[in-house]
Amino acid sequence: MELKKKLLEHDKRAVARLISMIENDDQKAFNIISELFYLTGNAHIVGITGPPGAGKSTLTASLAKKLRDLDKTVGIIAVDPSSPFTGGAILGDRIRMQDLALDEGVYIRSMGSRGHLGGISKATHAATRILEIYGMDYIFVETVGVGQSEVDIMKIADTTILVLVPGLGDDIQVLKAGIMEIGDIFVVNKADKDGADKLVLEVEMMLNLRKMENDWQQPILKTIAIQDTGIDILVNKIFKHYNYIKTTGLLKSKKLKCIEAELAEILRERFIDMVYNSNNAQLDLKEIANEIFNKKTDPYTAVDKIFFELKERSN
Amino acid sequence: MYTDRKIRVVIAKPGLDGHDRGAKIIAHALRDAGMEVIYTGLRQTPEKIVETAIQEDADVIGLSSLSGAHMHLFTRVMELIREKDAENIIVIGGGIIPNEDIPKLKESGIAEIFTPGTSMKEIIDFIKSKTISNCE
Repeated sequence: MELKKKLLEHDKRAVARLISMIENDDQKAFNIISELFYLTGNAHIVGITGPPGAGKSTLTASLAKKLRDLDKTVGIIAVDPSSPFTGGAILGDRIRMQDLALDEGVYIRSMGSRGHLGGISKATHAATRILEIYGMDYIFVETVGVGQSEVDIMKIADTTILVLVPGLGDDIQVLKAGIMEIGDIFVVNKADKDGADKLVLEVEMMLNLRKMENDWQQPILKTIAIQDTGIDILVNKIFKHYNYIKTTGLLKSKKLKCIEAELAEILRERFIDMVYNSNNAQLDLKEIANEIFNKKTDPYTAVDKIFFELKERSN
Repeated sequence: MYTDRKIRVVIAKPGLDGHDRGAKIIAHALRDAGMEVIYTGLRQTPEKIVETAIQEDADVIGLSSLSGAHMHLFTRVMELIREKDAENIIVIGGGIIPNEDIPKLKESGIAEIFTPGTSMKEIIDFIKSKTISNCE
């Protein structure tokens, strides 16, 4: 197939088109990934997450520039929120990355979250695979600006960087569960602002309290991404973390866990599609919802019935 | 589940003028019309704009210029579109553009020019009508 050939010939247009096809659930794109799946798994996938306005895009751009200086190729996927009302989106992460727009060794793609709530979009994972097949050494995935519980990035990133900024709350915030638990590297960006040192201390205290699952000591770094301050150290920590998870076998166990979660997710989705596309009156979810609303049945009994119906049909 | 094919639009301000209010209003209106708008910010070169549109798999490029340099900048974008074999991307323009320049811009391949006073609906309808065939 033409697109497959072009992808292997390092045509960015093929990458762009394939990612759109994935976003639009076009089976042909998934078939191409299947055929070239043996080429995936070689890039270092780095997740960049944190609250809106923390400087994720600027930081991503400065990291990408450093890696280009080392002659590494870089793919960037930047996710911004889609409107829950119209489905439209303003994808503005590229504004901070336009210095990289003409670099042959960089591909940047903006994505709308399209209803997905975990901080990335449904298509993001498959898009990283397209970039791996294309041959990128590093792939940055920048999440939407997150609150406290959008932690899907840890399912696709080998190294997750949590970007924080001073001034977002008191020291209880850093103790809360969720987003604060997924950073392999913590960054306090805009470190020239008031409260940066205090935030570093609070995060350090939180990290000291935490029960360690392994002996990777999460570093906390201060950066001023827009001035390129602290980026060299951050790049080194990214290398160090990757080296650590590779040599300890953590990378493998992490990936295995993620693949299992991905399988479950695809299965769930296929299953729901099957119910929706069944053309079986017993499986009409709109009708069942109506019955539940009118108290003729309840959600639990209804699901039991759906499973029974599916089993009957497959026999 | 069925996902709609989204219209993707790159909104770009080529050249040196620093007024992006118009571009932002358009971006917002297109967002509300359900499109994915890739906003690239001020002072873009035609080269960056076209490369961005290619990497983003955009259906449409919307150029805004208030500086008077539209003849040079818009036609350069069209040149690059042809050079890069990206004629599937529809290019529209807006801003302060004298009427007498419009035929020349259209000749260069710009699909439409929207001058001040155009309603958002007109622009949205135009984009939808031009992209509908691409989207099926």
